[in-house]
Amino acid sequence: MTPLQGCLLLSALLFAVGFAGAVSRRNAILALIGIELMLNAANLNFIAFWRYGEHGGGTGGLMFVVFAIAVAAAEAAVGLALIIALYRHLKTANLDEVKGLKG
Amino acid sequence: MSPVFIILALVTFMAAAAAMTLRHLVHCALAMAVSFVGLAAIYLQLNAQFVGFAQVLVYVGAVAILIVFAILLTRSGEVSNDSIVAPGWVWGVGMAVVIFAVIGWAVLNSPGLPVEAAEAPEVTVRQIGNDLMTRYVVPLEVVGCLLTAALIGAVVIALRDREGEP
Repeated sequence: MTPLQGCLLLSALLFAVGFAGAVSRRNAILALIGIELMLNAANLNFIAFWRYGEHGGGTGGLMFVVFAIAVAAAEAAVGLALIIALYRHLKTANLDEVKGLKG
Repeated sequence: MSPVFIILALVTFMAAAAAMTLRHLVHCALAMAVSFVGLAAIYLQLNAQFVGFAQVLVYVGAVAILIVFAILLTRSGEVSNDSIVAPGWVWGVGMAVVIFAVIGWAVLNSPGLPVEAAEAPEVTVRQIGNDLMTRYVVPLEVVGCLLTAALIGAVVIALRDREGEP
C-alpha cells in the first residue's frame, strides 16, 4: 500500500465514522460533530493529493483546504446558533423529538 | 507507509470513533478535539505546515470551544438514561459501512493513482501569502463576506426572543 492509498483509506474511514454518527445519534450537536469529521476527511484528501500528486509544487491544494476550513467554521457557527434557538423553543436538543414538519 | 503515519492514523480514527460513540457529550467534544489534533499532525507530516497550524487554530481552538459552549447551553451535558441513538440507526450505520467498502475498494483497485511518491513540494508561508493576494484574491474577499454574513446570521438566529412571544 502506497502512502497516498493510506491517506485515502484513513479519509474514507473518517468519512464513514462521521456519517454514521451524523445520521444515527439522537443529539443535534453530535450530528454537527459528525459533519465536521466528514469535512475534515475531505480536507485530508485534498492535502494527500497535493502532496503525492504528479503536479506538486503549486499551492492549489493548500488554498482549497484553507478556504474549506473557513467555510466549515462559518457552518459550525450557524449550526450551533440554530441548535440553541431550537433548544430555546422546544426545550430539547434531540433530533427525533423535533417533528413539527413531519407528515 | 511510515510507522509515524500509522500511529497518527490510529489515534485519529480511535478519537473519531470515540467522539461518535461515547454517551457523555462533553467527552465526545474532547475526543473530537483529539481527532483534529491528530489530523493536524498528519498535515504537518505531509509537508503542509500552514494548513496544519490553521487546523489547530480554527478547529481545536475555536470550533471545539464553540461546541462545548453549545453543549453546556443546551444542557446536553447531563447524562440521561435514554437511548443515545435515534430510531432506525441500524440503517445509518449500514449505509456508512457500504460507503466505506465502496470507497476502500475504489482506492485499492484504482489504476490511475500515482504509485511512486512525488518529491515533497516546498511551499513557504510567504508564497501562500503572495498567492492569496494575487491569484486567489477574489475567493479571499468572498470568504470574508461569507464569514461576516455567518457572524451576523448566527447572532440574529440565537438572539433572545422578545417578551410575550412563544
